[in-house]
Amino acid sequence: MMGHIILRVTIKLLFAPILLFGFYVQFHGDYGPGGGFQAGVILAVAFVLHALGYGVEATKKVVPPSILPKGMALGVLIYAGTGVVTLLLGENFLDYDVIQPDSHHNAGQHIGILVVEFGVGVAVAATMLQIFYVFAGREPEPQDDAW
Amino acid sequence: MDEPITLVSSFETTLSAAVLIDLAILTLLLICALAMINMRRLFGVAMLSGIYSLLSAVFFVDMDAVDVAFTEAAVGAGVSTVLILSGMALTARREDPVSKQRVFVPLVIVGIVGASLIYATVDMPHFGDPNSPANAYLGQAYVERSPVDIDVPNLVTGVLASYRGFDTLGEVVVVFTAGIACVLLLGAGSSRGGRRMTDDPMEEADPTAQQGEMPMEKTSS
Repeated sequence: MMGHIILRVTIKLLFAPILLFGFYVQFHGDYGPGGGFQAGVILAVAFVLHALGYGVEATKKVVPPSILPKGMALGVLIYAGTGVVTLLLGENFLDYDVIQPDSHHNAGQHIGILVVEFGVGVAVAATMLQIFYVFAGREPEPQDDAW
Repeated sequence: MDEPITLVSSFETTLSAAVLIDLAILTLLLICALAMINMRRLFGVAMLSGIYSLLSAVFFVDMDAVDVAFTEAAVGAGVSTVLILSGMALTARREDPVSKQRVFVPLVIVGIVGASLIYATVDMPHFGDPNSPANAYLGQAYVERSPVDIDVPNLVTGVLASYRGFDTLGEVVVVFTAGIACVLLLGAGSSRGGRRMTDDPMEEADPTAQQGEMPMEKTSS
């Protein structure tokens, strides 16, 4: 177990910056490359890295597997819900202009894109971690000399 | 652009440093793919597929498709490699050798498909051609209208989330469906095993109740 000490310390150092970068990619997607898909993957990767270094059981204490399907559904709901909101406000599905109709700076579009991308990020992050959990949680950890 | 748009374009991609870098990366991709075919150890193949994705990401950056490169680096080189590795941990470490007779037909099919793809590239517009159909009509319209309609600096995000918001909703639903399918097929409590989660100490004390449900035990030994 102590053989992984360098890996574990490195993962500990990297964990917070990866999360921060994920959030940056998420909310800076309007201005630079990135968006919900990439941010969701990066956020999930932080926890996958934690699981690789410390074991899946330790990560499952941080992110319980039971919340992940809810996160997946919540992400899709946020996205589709934005469309329903624009419908209820009297415009087409996902026509964000109606959120702030009086704005001359397309504020409605900005808010709509931000909310929708957030939904994408939540759904992708939860899905990636969920897929990793069901693969990695099936058997005991592979032996160190397995390959 | 005032003059009428013609489909036959005189635009030529000149041999610049970027093109030479492209060629170098493509050569590395080819070597990587050949190494993956030859290698029998699946751990090495998984690592090479990650390297392949990372090289593709570099290639996309060089082609000015930064968003695609970002996705390729995060999904292809990052998560996919980990998922392949964790999937590989459930099966054999080494690929079985394939008999020579079974190689022939797939090789012919791959050869024909590859040759027709190369033949198709002859008609493709040059890289960065402003008069190509994709750039001239729809791409031009997006570039011109996006600052008025959406006013988001990253054009890709504007197209992805607003102009084509409905498509992206479909993509999110695809990701969601993939996750749900994995949970249903492999997750805890499925009929094919997976480790059953229980809070009951009596059930955990009896390991035979879990072992009996796992067909993996028989095949791997």
